[in-house]
Amino acid sequence: MAGKPSVHTHAEPTSFWRRYIFSTDHKVIGIQYYLTAMGMALVGGALAMLIRLQLGWPDEKWPLLAKIFPRGMSGGVMNPDFYLALITMHGTLMIFFFVSLGLVSGFGNYLLPLQIGARDMAFPFLNMLSYWTVVPACVIMLASFFVEGGAAASGWTAYPPLSAVEQAVPGSGLGQTLWILGMALFIASFTMGGLNFVTTILNERTRGMSMMRLPLFIWTLLIASILGLLAFPPLTAAAILLLFDRHGGTSFFLPSGLYFGERVLPHSGGSPLLWQHLFWFLGHPEVYVLILPALGIALDLLPPFTRKPIFGYRLTVYSLFAIGVLSMIVWGHHMFVSGMNPYVGEFFAIGTLAITIPSAIIGFNLIASLWGARLQLRTPALFALGSIAFFGTGGLGGVFLGNATSDIQLHDTYFVVGHFHFMIGGVTLLAILGGTYYWFPKMFGRMMNERLGKIHFWLTFIAFYAVFLTQHFLGFGGMPRRYYAFSKFEFLAPIRDMNAFISVAAFVLGAAQLLFLFNFFWSLFRGARAEQNPWRAATLEWVAPTPPPHGNWGETVPEVHRWPYDYSVPGAPEDFTPQTVPPTVVEVTR
Amino acid sequence: MHEGNERRKRILEGFFFAFVLITIAVVGIGLGVRRWLPPLASEHGAGIDRMIHYLLITVGALFILGHVVLGYFIWRFSRQERITYRLASARAEKLWSLIPGIVMALVAEGGVLVIGLPIWQKYYLHPAPPDAVLVEVTAEQFAWNIRYPGADGRLGRTDPQLISYENPLGIDVRDPASRDDIVQLGVMYVPVGRPIHVRLRSKDTLHSFFLPHFRVKQDAVPGMTIDIWFTPTQTGEFEIACAELCGFGHFQMRGVLRVLPLEEFERWLTAQPAFSP
Repeated sequence: MAGKPSVHTHAEPTSFWRRYIFSTDHKVIGIQYYLTAMGMALVGGALAMLIRLQLGWPDEKWPLLAKIFPRGMSGGVMNPDFYLALITMHGTLMIFFFVSLGLVSGFGNYLLPLQIGARDMAFPFLNMLSYWTVVPACVIMLASFFVEGGAAASGWTAYPPLSAVEQAVPGSGLGQTLWILGMALFIASFTMGGLNFVTTILNERTRGMSMMRLPLFIWTLLIASILGLLAFPPLTAAAILLLFDRHGGTSFFLPSGLYFGERVLPHSGGSPLLWQHLFWFLGHPEVYVLILPALGIALDLLPPFTRKPIFGYRLTVYSLFAIGVLSMIVWGHHMFVSGMNPYVGEFFAIGTLAITIPSAIIGFNLIASLWGARLQLRTPALFALGSIAFFGTGGLGGVFLGNATSDIQLHDTYFVVGHFHFMIGGVTLLAILGGTYYWFPKMFGRMMNERLGKIHFWLTFIAFYAVFLTQHFLGFGGMPRRYYAFSKFEFLAPIRDMNAFISVAAFVLGAAQLLFLFNFFWSLFRGARAEQNPWRAATLEWVAPTPPPHGNWGETVPEVHRWPYDYSVPGAPEDFTPQTVPPTVVEVTR
Repeated sequence: MHEGNERRKRILEGFFFAFVLITIAVVGIGLGVRRWLPPLASEHGAGIDRMIHYLLITVGALFILGHVVLGYFIWRFSRQERITYRLASARAEKLWSLIPGIVMALVAEGGVLVIGLPIWQKYYLHPAPPDAVLVEVTAEQFAWNIRYPGADGRLGRTDPQLISYENPLGIDVRDPASRDDIVQLGVMYVPVGRPIHVRLRSKDTLHSFFLPHFRVKQDAVPGMTIDIWFTPTQTGEFEIACAELCGFGHFQMRGVLRVLPLEEFERWLTAQPAFSP
């Protein structure tokens, strides 16, 4: 004991299985999570391409696709049930299995011990268990496409009665049951991960690593993990209740008098609104579970490329806390027109718009961090700067939706689709991609190709705006989301043709990610060898050998003497001063 | 020589980034000034439109300002060879953060408190005026059932157990109030200039009663009866759309709303036969 972190070191396992498959090393687990997330993103992205194909050209026939999806696209025409399964699974896979796993579990696991000077997570076995709990969740989710009736089709929000009554929609059969089981496993895994993150951040920091010397990414992980621990269990409970309603004859979410398939169902006494409350009690904090670490990465990617400290570290930390607290009490803004008591709607509108204040402070600090910089537009910097623009655009769109009055017209339209894609789709996507370009040399000891990276950024950035900024305006026109086609309504006639343009832009966006995939694997084997600290960065992970060995630090763990943003300290030998440099060598300026 | 090339490349890239961001701002203005909202046909909709237009102007200005400033900073600071500003004092950080804080408090909170919630309260916290025309709308997969109370002004009792092909709402004919009820499928007639009191119900899943031209959207929830009201200001034929996912036919759950002059509406109503299964 004696407070020495080195008690955690033990010999690196030598067998292939213990080293790469059932590993307890946070770096291996982090990369496992990352690769799993990327695999799920490929599936989720392919689903998005099919969705856009349908919406762009609803009257075309695609005989080739009929061969791949004999049931969903029989005769080359997409089946409306299949369309609903596509949107449901696209949302579920992207939110929970791509962004949550890639950003929080992937980068979080890999970087957390390295950035706080620990040898591993606090509970390495729990860490391994959390990964191996999410693998069956992924398998179950993917398998649900192949069961009778197809995958779940009630939207990623799984509102009952659609998700509770088998007769309501074909995907509400076995597909929906598998969806619930997959989510339950996912939540169990994510809860283990969250416990591990909080414990590790609070207890495993190396000597000198005070809380106010943590990189902002670690702060965001801490707050996101606490939010996840508070918000996910109610959804687990709700999912189990939904399972009971589906298979046990209970009526938690089902009222009396439901009329399906020419008969009245025997349920009575439940309320569909109860599910909505429980779902969004998770669902809204979940948005912040995703967006906060993405902002953390954006904030941490700036200083190495501006060669100066971040602006407003303290206020950013306070703002992150304010967002965390407020995010727990605003779930009802998803329910303004749900039939919830309108008095409550007022409370949720005022609370929601209060979040804009700390959010704007963070956005302001991001932009202000550029002031006076020696800006170097390397690939990770492009992604960080791009995510500032996305955060601004998405955040400002949220002002329309958090306002109950304007939400009446915009609720459940493409304005909402555009808005949340900027936030939990865009800011997070750019953070994951930028983080990959930035930490790839740490993870694999090689650099990714810079030219391909820049082309990838520009295609992604511009195509993303073309798709999702446009969708905001379709929402003003009243275009409802989750429509299989827009041909049945005259009021949509003036705007529906824009969907072809959006689809083309979406295909560019999708194709650009293949460029990234190629760059990733090409660089893995052929990329230039990375120096130990290729970006000349001051955070702790770059002090470790590249790639870091088991136990991260060799004989002794590093001691920290300063905050992580000491760039361009006057009088210092280099324009960056790693956190380990003692004040006797370079003065501590903050 | 080589360094000069590097520098030129960096300046070009910074310029390009700024150009893209400013182009996005310009495209945003171009899209923002176009008329997207469906033509307005209701009284309270004017208030909702005022809220949306206020946000389009204020939030739109912040969108443009944000993109231009970010673009300018990227352009300007990608030209620098050394940093010109390093660390703000704790006091300076706090003072600067007042700017985004106050701006959002005014634009977002101020907007909802001053413009938004009064409109919200007027239409959600007050019951329909006494002279309102009562219409019951019952949603089902994938159609809108419309029922008028008839001369007695009272809707008859319904019971899901009585639902049949001939009696899609399950109206209980033993209830005297039901004898003059008028039932329509898919087409809703209302008079112009009179408040319309809609009692919204659902037989099966969630639906949402969306009148894009009237700025009306309200979920229909099985097990609940939700009362809303609005006042049409234009005559003509409009559409009812479903805005809450309700199954594979969600995208074609279309209804028609015919707004007639008052006398014409009354003539139409009296000409309708009462419901009889």
